[in-house]
Amino acid sequence: MSTKAYQRVYTQLENITKATVALRAKGVANDELALVHGRLAQVVRTKGDLVTLQVFSGTEGIPTNAEVAFLGEPPTLKVSEQLSGRFFDAYGHPIDGGPETEGEIREIGGPSVNPYKRRQPSQLIPTGIAGIDLNNTIVSGQKIPFFADPDQPYNKVMADVAIRADVDKIILGGMGLSNDDYLFFRHTFEAAGALDKIICFINTTENPPVERLLIPDMALTAAEYFAVDKNEKVLVLLTDMTLYADALSIVSNRMDQIPSKDSMPGSLYSDLAKIYEKAVQLPSGGSITIIAVTTLNDGDITHAIPDNTGYITEGQLYLRYDSDTGKVIIDPFRSLSRLKQLVQNKKTREDHSQVMNASVRLYADAQNAKTKLENGFDLSDYDLRCLSYAKDYAVRLLSIDVNIPIEEMLNTAWELFAKYFSPAETGIKQALIDKYWK
Amino acid sequence: MKTTGIVTGIVSNLVTVLVDGPVAENEICYITLAGVKMMAEVIKVNGKHAVVQVFESTRGLKNGDKAEFEGRMLEATLGPGLLSSVYDGLQNDLTTMEDVFLRRGEYTDPLNHEKLWEFTPIAAPGDKVIAADWIGEVKEGWLPHKIMVPFSFEGEYTVKSVIPAGSYTIDTTVAVLVRADGEEVPMTMVQKWPVKVAIKGYREKPRPSRIMETGVRVIDTFNPIAEGGTGFIPGPFGCGKTVLQHAIAKQGDADVIVMAACGERANEVVEIFTEFPELIDPHTGRHLMERTTIICNTSNMPVAAREASVYTAMTICEYYRAMGLKCLLLADSTSRWAQALREMSNRMEELPGADAFPVDLSAIISNFYSRAGMVILNNGKTGAVTFIGTVSPAGGNLKEPVTESTKKAARCFYGLEQNRADQKRYPAVNPIDSYSKYLEYPEIQEFLERTVEKGWVDKVLKAKNIIRRGKEAMEQINILGDDGVPMSYHILFWKSELVDFIILQQDGFDPIDSLCPMERQRYMLDLVLGICDKDFKFQDYEDCRKVFKDLINDLKQMNYSEFKSEAFQKYFDNVNKHLEAHVN
Repeated sequence: MSTKAYQRVYTQLENITKATVALRAKGVANDELALVHGRLAQVVRTKGDLVTLQVFSGTEGIPTNAEVAFLGEPPTLKVSEQLSGRFFDAYGHPIDGGPETEGEIREIGGPSVNPYKRRQPSQLIPTGIAGIDLNNTIVSGQKIPFFADPDQPYNKVMADVAIRADVDKIILGGMGLSNDDYLFFRHTFEAAGALDKIICFINTTENPPVERLLIPDMALTAAEYFAVDKNEKVLVLLTDMTLYADALSIVSNRMDQIPSKDSMPGSLYSDLAKIYEKAVQLPSGGSITIIAVTTLNDGDITHAIPDNTGYITEGQLYLRYDSDTGKVIIDPFRSLSRLKQLVQNKKTREDHSQVMNASVRLYADAQNAKTKLENGFDLSDYDLRCLSYAKDYAVRLLSIDVNIPIEEMLNTAWELFAKYFSPAETGIKQALIDKYWK
Repeated sequence: MKTTGIVTGIVSNLVTVLVDGPVAENEICYITLAGVKMMAEVIKVNGKHAVVQVFESTRGLKNGDKAEFEGRMLEATLGPGLLSSVYDGLQNDLTTMEDVFLRRGEYTDPLNHEKLWEFTPIAAPGDKVIAADWIGEVKEGWLPHKIMVPFSFEGEYTVKSVIPAGSYTIDTTVAVLVRADGEEVPMTMVQKWPVKVAIKGYREKPRPSRIMETGVRVIDTFNPIAEGGTGFIPGPFGCGKTVLQHAIAKQGDADVIVMAACGERANEVVEIFTEFPELIDPHTGRHLMERTTIICNTSNMPVAAREASVYTAMTICEYYRAMGLKCLLLADSTSRWAQALREMSNRMEELPGADAFPVDLSAIISNFYSRAGMVILNNGKTGAVTFIGTVSPAGGNLKEPVTESTKKAARCFYGLEQNRADQKRYPAVNPIDSYSKYLEYPEIQEFLERTVEKGWVDKVLKAKNIIRRGKEAMEQINILGDDGVPMSYHILFWKSELVDFIILQQDGFDPIDSLCPMERQRYMLDLVLGICDKDFKFQDYEDCRKVFKDLINDLKQMNYSEFKSEAFQKYFDNVNKHLEAHVN
């Protein structure tokens, strides 16, 4: 972005912190962008003529006599079909070596959808992963995060989900991605031949952390263009929202705001909700679905970031390493999709919810048997059968490397039931047993 | 002349305005941004500077932009047509907005000004009236909607004229009143009232003396809430707060229900829009939506309006209470409201209290809860506002400021427990920590003894004690092992499981079990306590477990069956068979 000829340029900074600068200026609008020493910054506070700017790329090396030019507009994105297949930085500039995109200029972080104009989500998003489709079915218009420890392969799962999902556009917002992960996403999308429906906004660990704050709004502004204007089904992937929240706390800290729990800003709930609530099923048929990643600190979900997220999102998915089978599985106990009942048995086969409940219940019985075993108690025949079932269930259905249609997941579950249990032990309704028992 | 001002400082939606005249705390002003007027409320005055919270996004606002003060506080518009409406926190009608997106500065009228209402006079010329007295009545759905002397009228008036029965719009002058000084004052069907001020206009506010039925056993039987009472439901995410609140909204025995979706998920509100118009009120057989008003300020809507939303909802309830109706206010979640207060307090750089919440949080919460209650109107009739709020404690830890402050203010506590939710024991209300103070009220005890049955309160306490002793027994069994404790411990534990599975747990998605009328609750509690009184004989603890599991299964099937139907009787006979075989 370049300065325009008629703009007033200021050269006297009064105050510099790691993330912000302050100066005396007039006629400045809230949220307006400015260039400080050539770096993009945004107005976050005015007090009389003292204006505080948040400098996205950090203030290292900015002198008190740096040039400050106000640009007269909040952050924007040029939206058009040209976005498809492109990779951008946090400001919406291409990083794939291609030309700048053209299109209609839209302010990012725009208004919310009137809740009365929303429709109830009702379209299934199949992913091929049984831990999701069978147990925690995702619905278009839903928002759901992975709660995962940093060492778990959440980015791989997200990439798989994105490629397999039956959607018109996939928009990736990468925040604090390692360069390796960025290249992984890029190669995966290229290899799948899915590039034409993918749009990426990337902030890597090499970029300044405060820049990350722009990523979700950029991604969602593009998503709204395709969902609202083009009536498309859009899937937005946001990874990693914990690093986004960390950036929020950096800025609020530099602005001397009083922190609340876990040194996060008091507005964390609203800040996160503003992003996640962009997920929507529109009456016109377009939709925005958000799948995000929130990395946990040693599985601690009471930390302010996962805690606030849990109150906002419609469920959460947990990844877990299953030591019995050596597979990474989607934890069937702690994972939850709040919208699954809107599609199960309605858009899927009639036995779906019963099969899901029975298979998870039997898996729970296997966990109890395991505890018994560990405590040195004798196992009953039922316990032993549960344990064998659990291994098969983990490998053939819960594991994240499964990729089969939902019908096949249901059939596999019935097959496992028949292999290890009697119909009565599954507790499934008799009418379904009669029809599907193998 | 109106006070005006210019903007001199902006942090997010907190704006400082330099004013040229008097301003009042909580006064409403409009700030003009590029031709669009945005509503804001004064929250602090400092010399010539008024600090206002803007109910919209302040993006693009500049120092020097103009503000105009209205000389009034944030008001609700009250009149026929409030029911079945969907409003935002500032009472804008969301259904009449055309755009998919909420546009800044778009304010819509809460009431329909063209619709005709069938008016019947109540007062006659010559009557002496005061504020809140009934002048006439229109039919709103099936409810008699009273047209009242505006609450803001002070002193006594004489009715000069009332229009005859007929169809009129809400803006029609329905009566002319004469003030003590001889001035004639016309009144319509609509009045306005500042939302942060409680509507008085009643004779007295006695202690609640009746129970409000919800059809939820863990509430009605174990910890009943009074008509005009207060309660709150704290719980971590995923424990079923919203499901429980929706169940109460669907089944609560009230004439009017106001649901305030305050800073929660938009899709949950969509669920209400989608489902409620289809659902039938079990008490009247009418559509649920006809008695429901939704105030919806979801988590992505402006934070300041979130705070206003609970006040708007309460004001609408108080308005209907003044008509002698029973109202139920459900707010989900009051924590989001408290967080809105925190965000503001934080931006004003006030010294923070615990967890950075404002220090007067406790006072604000208790003040709000105190607006609920049963009242005796000036004409001797009664009305009630029952209030149940949910609380979303950070990290599921109940030792946090919002939960603690609410505990001081609300009389019923329905604590949802992660552990019970994990075990799918829904509703996941913790049976031991939860309480209803109303159970200790002599007038409520007398009401229960009279309407449910004699000795009811003692039975409830006995059931609670069975749960408590069962928990102690279970702890011993866990430590000492199944073989390490006497048989009596196993029996104690399984009796508590019986009460837990049959009385406490309830299937909110089952058409029959989800709504359990008081008569049925009485029947089941008597049945279960009767079983607990029996002297059981078992060979060993495995036998004990099996027999109780069978009992639980058959009693559960009774809960799923039509009350006193053939199926119900069949399972009842099964229960008796099990008992005959194992009771001395």
